[in-house]
Amino acid sequence: MTDISEVIKYLKDYKGRPLKLMEVCGTHTAAIFKSGIRSMISDRIKLISGPGCPVCVTPASFIDKCAGYAMKEDHVLLTFGDMMKVPGSSGSLADLKGRGARAELMYSPMEAVEKARANPDKTYVVAAVGFETTAPAYALAIEEGISQDVRNVRFVTALKTVVPALTWICENQPDIDGFICPGHVSVITGSRPYGPLAEKYHKPFVIAGFEAEHILAVIYEIVRQIENGRAEVRNLYENAVRTEGNIKALKITEKYFQPGPAMWRGLGTIEDSGLYLREEPPVGLYDGGSRGLDEDIQLPRGCRCGDVIVGRINPDECPMFAGQCSPGNPFGPCMVSAEGACGIWYRNRK
Amino acid sequence: MKITMAHGSGGKDSAELMKNIFGRYFSNEILDRMEDAAVLDIKGRTACSTDTFVVTPLVFPGGDIGKLSVCGTVNDLLMMGAEPEYITCGFVMEEGLDIDVLERITASLASAAKDAGVSVIAGDTKVIEGHGGLFINTTGLGRIPEGRSISASGCRPGDKIILSGDLGDHHACILSARMDIGNDICSDCACLSEVTGALFDAGITVRTMRDVTRGGLATVLNEVASTSGTGMKIYEKDIPVNLEVRGFCDILGLDPLYMGNEGKLIAAVPGEEAQKALEAVRKTAKGRDAAVIGEVVQGKGVSLVTDLGGIRVLDVLYGEGLPRIC
Amino acid sequence: MCIAIPGKVVSLENNKAKVDFSGNTVMVNVGLVEPKIGQYVLVHAGCAIEVMEKDKAEELISIFAELEEPYKA
Repeated sequence: MTDISEVIKYLKDYKGRPLKLMEVCGTHTAAIFKSGIRSMISDRIKLISGPGCPVCVTPASFIDKCAGYAMKEDHVLLTFGDMMKVPGSSGSLADLKGRGARAELMYSPMEAVEKARANPDKTYVVAAVGFETTAPAYALAIEEGISQDVRNVRFVTALKTVVPALTWICENQPDIDGFICPGHVSVITGSRPYGPLAEKYHKPFVIAGFEAEHILAVIYEIVRQIENGRAEVRNLYENAVRTEGNIKALKITEKYFQPGPAMWRGLGTIEDSGLYLREEPPVGLYDGGSRGLDEDIQLPRGCRCGDVIVGRINPDECPMFAGQCSPGNPFGPCMVSAEGACGIWYRNRK
Repeated sequence: MKITMAHGSGGKDSAELMKNIFGRYFSNEILDRMEDAAVLDIKGRTACSTDTFVVTPLVFPGGDIGKLSVCGTVNDLLMMGAEPEYITCGFVMEEGLDIDVLERITASLASAAKDAGVSVIAGDTKVIEGHGGLFINTTGLGRIPEGRSISASGCRPGDKIILSGDLGDHHACILSARMDIGNDICSDCACLSEVTGALFDAGITVRTMRDVTRGGLATVLNEVASTSGTGMKIYEKDIPVNLEVRGFCDILGLDPLYMGNEGKLIAAVPGEEAQKALEAVRKTAKGRDAAVIGEVVQGKGVSLVTDLGGIRVLDVLYGEGLPRIC
Repeated sequence: MCIAIPGKVVSLENNKAKVDFSGNTVMVNVGLVEPKIGQYVLVHAGCAIEVMEKDKAEELISIFAELEEPYKA
């Protein structure tokens, strides 16, 4: 039993061996900066951002596909704000708006069905990006579309699952000592999936919420486990995360989506790490052409977007950082996406 | 009835519009002369600002584009320590604009001008093709009393920073209308003359003032820090944000530090005068929730001390502050 | 990933709920959970993904209660 001030003191005074802890959730990346957590803990505990921004790991061909719909007559693209500024091969969706593209912000994918029903002469295309947290929301929207026989909706998906990426990191970045598990992905998946990883790679996997106190508690727990030679899965977000996850959400995701290979910028193609709409009608009719969107733009020489995404380097170690690459002139999504590591580091740099 | 291209052509429809709407609500000694330009007799240092208002929706809880045009312009003058006297307004109306809405906005602008003690001395109207929108451009003029010198370059290490009230209300109000989120958030659109007046009446040495508009507090403080060659340190626990606005920001993943207001200011005053300045501002209607939020320091950039004692560097706003999912 | 915040269920109708976030009300799809009026639900992208049993203060207390003391092996 301890309290927040003791935890902060312990982490500040930590003099053990240097540790690298990775989070794989863009919202955690942002929360860590927002709370100033790095300034509160020892320099020997390095917090690394892994591939936790679904926008950043999505290749440019996805943006191009969405942009194509946005420029198409009688089509309207619906997207979350995160996607608007990410560069495709001919510019971002925001750039294309200036050239006549119809791209609107959405708060929820359910809006696609509502709008489609109200405007039968237009086709609404959803830029369906996300991890396990958002997949059930898209599934609910498709279910609503089917039950109301609303046909003028399409989903272009770039849905990915986190555990395959964690496995890739464990295989390719053995110097990561412990993992801060994504809180809201875990609400859906539960804590079970991390067990085999903890056992195989002998590293702690601890689930964190998003307040500063949650994250500090998790960092503390991971450090203590490492010091005591333990490698366990622990859920420190029990208020929202159950061991078995949200069964209804898992079921509806499985009903409408099936796993498939997905291209992760920086990591390459990972088997069974993507979710694709099932092909049989009526579900398959809602797919806006999501398979095979693997091509990426050629990043300029010197750009180390891929290394940043997997946490091999910090953004400020990329030679383009804050020089040729900045939010006003980004070379890659990491600099523009609200939860891209480079963009967050840039906005918080001294 | 709607605005059509005929209303902009200078013929009969234009004349009727001028008479029934603009002439009816904007009337003063200078404007009534109906000359091609206003002739003023201005002596001494005079502040001049210009602004263009393009907000949608045109009418929102707490105000409308007309009221906003006056408050925004007057506030820019007040931030230089000026006493606003004159304002001009150019209306660019899109075809399809509802004339009742136009009248409501014109009346609101006239009323706000009267409350702010400024005269509308020149104006212009144009009609363009479009879908019922309205844009208003203004210029404001006001004399700066002798001996008063307020500038973004004026603040010094040791000064304290006062924020006149809650962050983010205007931005949250406008976005709420667009994102279908129900709440009672109103724009804080208001003239800050009572607040600035209170500081001067209390004899405070005001070094710098800025209204917290587009880009929010973080952006404004960065601009001032950069212009004055100083750094700023502010404290999360001291920054006022009302609960409803915070809830709204949480839903959309927005940060109140980067959300715009239209009726709040920051003022940098010498450290030893901060308490007196705060008390003076708190006595005003628009400054009731004012707080001392931090201090000016040596160095550069703006940093925030978080609730738990961590340090977060605050840069200017990049991009648009769009609602996020991630 | 994933911004999700807790809000209070104010009313329920079929698979939708009116959820209040400090005075902001949003219609939320509750197809993935079984909430009662007055309970808090975690909402992401307009969908409730879980029911929250404790409030934030209670939750943090219980998290810290489970952490071992700093100087205990």
